[in-house]
Amino acid sequence: MTMPVLETRVRQALFASRRWHPAEIVFWCLAFAAFLLFPRNLLLLNEIAILALFALSLDLILGYAGIVSLGHAAFLGMGAYAAGLLAKHVTADPFAGLLAGMGAAGLLGLVTSPLVLRGTDLTRLMITLGVALILYELANSFSTLTGGADGLQGIMMAPVLGLFDFDIFGRTAYLYSLSVLFLLFLIARRVVHSPFGLSLRAIRDNPLRAAASGVPNDRRLAAVYTLAAAYAGAAGALLAQTTQFVSLDVLDFHRSADLMLVLIIGGAGYLYGGLIGAIAFKLLQDLIASFTPQYWMFWIGLFLVLFVLGGREMIHGAVKAAAARFARLGKGAAR
Amino acid sequence: MLTILFDGIAYGMVLFVLGCGLSVTMGLMNFVNLAHGAFAMLGGYVAVLAMQRLGLPFLASLPLAFLAAALVGVVLERLIYRPMYTKSHLDQVMFSIGLVFMAVAGTDWLMGSTQQFIRLPDWLQGRFEVAGIGIGRYRLFVIVVCGLLAVSLQWGFTRTRFGSRLRAAVDDARVARGLGIPVNRLFALTFALGSGLAGLGGALGIELMGLDPTFPLKFMIYFLIVVTVGGTSSITGPFFAAMLLGVADVVGKYLVPQVGAFIIYALMVVLLITRPHGLFARARA
Repeated sequence: MTMPVLETRVRQALFASRRWHPAEIVFWCLAFAAFLLFPRNLLLLNEIAILALFALSLDLILGYAGIVSLGHAAFLGMGAYAAGLLAKHVTADPFAGLLAGMGAAGLLGLVTSPLVLRGTDLTRLMITLGVALILYELANSFSTLTGGADGLQGIMMAPVLGLFDFDIFGRTAYLYSLSVLFLLFLIARRVVHSPFGLSLRAIRDNPLRAAASGVPNDRRLAAVYTLAAAYAGAAGALLAQTTQFVSLDVLDFHRSADLMLVLIIGGAGYLYGGLIGAIAFKLLQDLIASFTPQYWMFWIGLFLVLFVLGGREMIHGAVKAAAARFARLGKGAAR
Repeated sequence: MLTILFDGIAYGMVLFVLGCGLSVTMGLMNFVNLAHGAFAMLGGYVAVLAMQRLGLPFLASLPLAFLAAALVGVVLERLIYRPMYTKSHLDQVMFSIGLVFMAVAGTDWLMGSTQQFIRLPDWLQGRFEVAGIGIGRYRLFVIVVCGLLAVSLQWGFTRTRFGSRLRAAVDDARVARGLGIPVNRLFALTFALGSGLAGLGGALGIELMGLDPTFPLKFMIYFLIVVTVGGTSSITGPFFAAMLLGVADVVGKYLVPQVGAFIIYALMVVLLITRPHGLFARARA
């Protein structure tokens, strides 16, 4: 095969994988329609959107690049504190805060990325955990800046675009978070279907072979780690802005562990995994909280154990099978 | 200053007893058991209950803590741990975190979230001075007990048949199995021993570290440091790692309380990067 032919074929394959599936369009229409459908649950929906963005961030490194992390809360917290501090001391504009959160977390990701490039999965798990713990301790110690255990209080946000004020029902909050999620999702979608994204998957599946075919492994991994950190920072910034409060809880270990559960529920390695997982996780939490408000931690633990024992891909597999059947049905009707 | 050092050594000793079981199970089956602290907590609570409800003396409650944790360890190993050995590290970590969460919430539900206290017998209370160094009686007791344990563990590990089989299995489980060593049974025994030691450590540590339902989460990172820094192929590695950690933690928290807690985390990250196979690990061919 000659080079130009190969190139067109590769281009076509990339283009084909990038095309929008009808189910995706339905998904996002539903997400925006939820604003009208569930006007009483907007605060919950807002939390779902933020968690989904956070999960999307972990999916980028875990699902696509194969970097395991137990300390992703570090970036969430970094973004939340950066956005919160900016709003408190400099400017109350939401977009400036969002960019600050992304920038700060991305920088942290860039700085810490050399730490996760080396070693086995176990070393990575421990190092990410260690970094998150260090940040937690730092936030706790520098209480003059962060408010320590009392949290960062007194954040007042200016209206989004100067028009939409944050209200107590979460109307602006949900639309704002969902829009940010959608925008960042589009970017992530473009990234994972680009040659860059393909090279990440090559590294995940076989690092040695990827390196042998000329992929600069370390640089690619550092890049996606930084990107994912910025995404988590955006989730943190949204959290700080929509709740107008930042506490040490954003850096807590359970955030990272919850996030793992979200990805286990939704399945890693495809972008909707985090989104579906976030919806299922929050609904589950809401449901369980309605009859046993305490001991949520016990149920998380139980779900983790059951999911791992039953196979991590259980739900993901079921969703995929359903999607495949749906797609076949659609094709059958078209014929 | 020497008193602080002494406290640090006592603390490190308890950490060693808590962590050495984890390092052996991790080396043997390459299994990451973050729930190790839950066994320690179990031992601690058993000791507390034995003393408060049954009125047993402190010394009698220690073996009870060991037995209870070892028993639960065997049962859990049989029932739910075994399928996990072949899974990825990520799965194992998620699984054991799940167990930790369940243990934390379950203990909270059963025992309440308050910190538990025990009343030490009179002969273990107070402190005396030797050459100007204040020595707590209880800390001395802990050092003696844990020191004896460490010596006997080292002896068992290097001198007995069980120990040599264990070392063979840690080095290469497949070859060991091929030579007729019952690796699975060996592992169940080691798991029980490790959990039991954790339980004992938990009971000994009530006075030094405190005991409440969040114990497994709070000290998870400490065990992991002991294991990763000490390596998983010997008893001496985790021992020195635990000493180092105990002394560094106590001294750090005493001298610079503001930064004390994250000195050890930073130390861990640095060590992991520079020596990914542990500070005292033997070079593997």
